[in-house]
Amino acid sequence: MNPRLRWKTRAFAAIVILSNALGNLSLTWGLRYGAGELTASPLTFLRAIFSPWVSLGICLLIAWLISRMFLLSWADLSYVLPVTAFGYVLTALLSRMFLGEQVTAARWAGTLLIMAGVILVGLGNPHTGDAT
Amino acid sequence: MKAWGLLAVIVASTVTADLLQSHEMKRHGEIQDFRPSGLRSVLRKLAGKRNLILAVACMAVSFFAFMALVQVADLSFAVPASAASLVIETVLARLVLKEHVDSRRWIGAALVAGGVWLLAL
Repeated sequence: MNPRLRWKTRAFAAIVILSNALGNLSLTWGLRYGAGELTASPLTFLRAIFSPWVSLGICLLIAWLISRMFLLSWADLSYVLPVTAFGYVLTALLSRMFLGEQVTAARWAGTLLIMAGVILVGLGNPHTGDAT
Repeated sequence: MKAWGLLAVIVASTVTADLLQSHEMKRHGEIQDFRPSGLRSVLRKLAGKRNLILAVACMAVSFFAFMALVQVADLSFAVPASAASLVIETVLARLVLKEHVDSRRWIGAALVAGGVWLLAL
């Protein structure tokens, strides 16, 4: 991999991780404080979407979606999955710091196990027949 | 119970969206032009791809279910639990696509399943 592509890949991986974690945080904050309760009525979803924090969350998640699509255009899903798996830990930390969630030992263990699992899945050879 | 139902919707729609999106972006090839005009051109071209439109529709379903989920469950549960999609993807790859899934990937999927089980405690 040439240095330009390596730099571009790392920068986009960082954008993917941060935009996802911060987008989810903003979305959840907005949905819990000020967006009102969601019901089966689409109107409750529409009202929530246009509240400030939920809107910011959606903008960040759109940035996540676009940056991930761009990254997938040159990097394998088997690279993208393990690198962005760090986002699980970041989300747990942000949930604890900003949403006051109690992240129990079992939840930390589950989160770390899932991160390890995602990394292992990503490291597997994606091609049929020539697994190493 | 409602949280697990919403999680099932998220996982099913995410699996479908991931497969469609990865397939279509690989067909498009590496994006090299990051000038505004270049990005506009890429987005215009991608906007007409049927697989990407379907992927976006699946992501929308997943997103609305996620919105409902974080109102009834913790974010620190919702985000890692949605990784259960990897377990389904691995099983589908073996059963439906008849792919060879190496042992490392099976172990990874088992770890994710174990992690989701821990989150349920």
